[in-house]
Amino acid sequence: MPDGYRDGNLPYAIRAYDADTLRAALRKMYLIRKFEEGAENSYTRGLIHGTMHLSIGQEASAVASCMALSDDDKITSTHRGHGHCVAKGADLGRMFAEFFGKETGYCRGRGGSMHIADPTKGNLGANGIVGGGLPIAVGAALSAKRLGTGAVTVCFFGDGANNEGAFHEALNMAAVWKLPVVFVCENNKYGMSTSTERSTAVKNIAERAAAYAMPGVTVDGNDFSAVAEAVDAAVARARAGDGPSLVENVTYRWRGHSKSDRNRYRTKEEIADWMARDPIPAFARLLVDHGVLTDADVADIEAETEQVIADAIAFAADSADPDPADVARDVYNPAAA
Amino acid sequence: MNAVTEAVRELSYAEALREAMDIALDRDPRVVLMGEDIGVYGGAFQVTGDLVHKYGTDRVMDTPISELGGAGVAVGAALTGLRPIFEFQFSDFATLAMEQIVNQAAKLRYMLGGAVSVPLVMRFPAGSGTGAAAQHSQSLEAWLAHVPGLKVVQPTTPEDAKGLLLAALDDPDPVMIFEHKILYKMKGPVPEGHYTTPIGTAAIRRTGRDLTIVASGIMVHKALEAAREMEADGIDAEVIDLRSVRPIDRDTILGSARKTGRLMIVHEAVKTLGIGAEISAMVAESDAFDYLDSPIIRLGGAECPIPYNPELEKAAVPQVPGILSAARDLAKGRV
Repeated sequence: MPDGYRDGNLPYAIRAYDADTLRAALRKMYLIRKFEEGAENSYTRGLIHGTMHLSIGQEASAVASCMALSDDDKITSTHRGHGHCVAKGADLGRMFAEFFGKETGYCRGRGGSMHIADPTKGNLGANGIVGGGLPIAVGAALSAKRLGTGAVTVCFFGDGANNEGAFHEALNMAAVWKLPVVFVCENNKYGMSTSTERSTAVKNIAERAAAYAMPGVTVDGNDFSAVAEAVDAAVARARAGDGPSLVENVTYRWRGHSKSDRNRYRTKEEIADWMARDPIPAFARLLVDHGVLTDADVADIEAETEQVIADAIAFAADSADPDPADVARDVYNPAAA
Repeated sequence: MNAVTEAVRELSYAEALREAMDIALDRDPRVVLMGEDIGVYGGAFQVTGDLVHKYGTDRVMDTPISELGGAGVAVGAALTGLRPIFEFQFSDFATLAMEQIVNQAAKLRYMLGGAVSVPLVMRFPAGSGTGAAAQHSQSLEAWLAHVPGLKVVQPTTPEDAKGLLLAALDDPDPVMIFEHKILYKMKGPVPEGHYTTPIGTAAIRRTGRDLTIVASGIMVHKALEAAREMEADGIDAEVIDLRSVRPIDRDTILGSARKTGRLMIVHEAVKTLGIGAEISAMVAESDAFDYLDSPIIRLGGAECPIPYNPELEKAAVPQVPGILSAARDLAKGRV
């Protein structure tokens, strides 16, 4: 046992989850990283058009925030939502197919990167509007409470959304109605180019929870165990009927905001500093240090995920494009009278 | 006259809407009402009335004054199993909620490749005539009708108010109901029990052979009044109640235009880029155009916000004398 973890004073993740669950979590983090790298590479090669918002560096936040969720629980996601999709169990082939605009994609090529959803896994979708998912998450929590499903909704949003009116209205209503929702702010320090210091009056976004009479906590978003501990507690609180919470995962996106970003608002030193705090090797090291995995296991997991991504890209590339004659399909539900 | 005519039950437009919501709440536990002051206050226009006493605050929910958030909660609830009926206190306040209506409710199904539906009903008390001035009197139905993914209806009678609301609840897609505030107290026959008025169908309120007036909202009643006055001039006007703005009842409108050969469109919303322009273009693009004996006339709101002074307020939207005068010109081919 390594120093600092004596007498059962183990990290939360080690105490809370068995080896298979932890292995699966690490695998998902690798899948997200490789997915994002595969997407970036495909974009560079001209296989994907439009834009995308990569979450490289934020993998611990996505995966650790979904640990206590089943397929019946819901999430709402953001424009930087690929990681949330993977964390909630999405099929990588269908995700890539959506990027490629194919009929086999999650949205049949109609949504693209910013609208991937998987309702069968409780993923209500990414969102192209900053703050757009916040009230929707509260609505999903309202459904759970009224219908007595016991489901909890985890609402992902970024630091940028915390200055939208929708954030404040959503948190207020969730608290007034004591709804089973957990607001997970992924604070990656910049809303596009504008830093939280320049845009947000409070030092920590979690402080805003006090205005809505709910618990608010700020954690190191690159520390898997710290995120899981905070979000699991908030999910348990929601499930027990005690209402909403706000968890702020402080993290960093290694890449620019989107493909148009020329990185004029941050320094190379700052980026390098955060890249040195890569959440994936940190989590792998934690698992090795506690005897959950060996270094060889970690290498195997990483190699296996590379193959999954390669297969997913091949599936997407081989899939058919939508038929232009179907451009207006699915605007309305054909079940309408 | 049949001596055994059944007594026709009459309700006000607001009572008819309330009865529809009462039926919906009673028959479907997924139905919830949401809105500002719709509980013990009964709604700003007393449409929800005393429903909170029958169904409780869990199902007749007062929201905070948070139109964007409230609308979004309704979208999320519709997406996950509830059947919300969301009341905007005034249709003007929907401007605060456009993000959720236009970007989310209207598009979620399409963006997600048909994987979801948003069975959401929203109610919009709209229109002028109450002295409430520019921010409480607008007619914004064309805004929403411009957005694929939404359905937009404008009931003009108590019977249709109830039938369209119940049809909206049966519909798997978001349906926006524009209710004219001046009509809330209007009484009319309303069938008992559950029935639906099909979305997407217009109603011919008066048949005639000389000209067609397609009207929406409160203008239907003004057009009917004008049509009655026209009888003295020997003009026989057909009046079509548009009833559904999206989808629009193309067949009924084109059929009437072919029959009368003269078309006028009247709505309260601002004329420029309004629904009248859409209907005119629809006719002009069709074979019905060949049947027209005279240019199409559009009457709509003036190019200004709704003013406060009562005479100015009347001047800002079409009135019976204006409809009558335009119809006389149209009938004589003097346009």
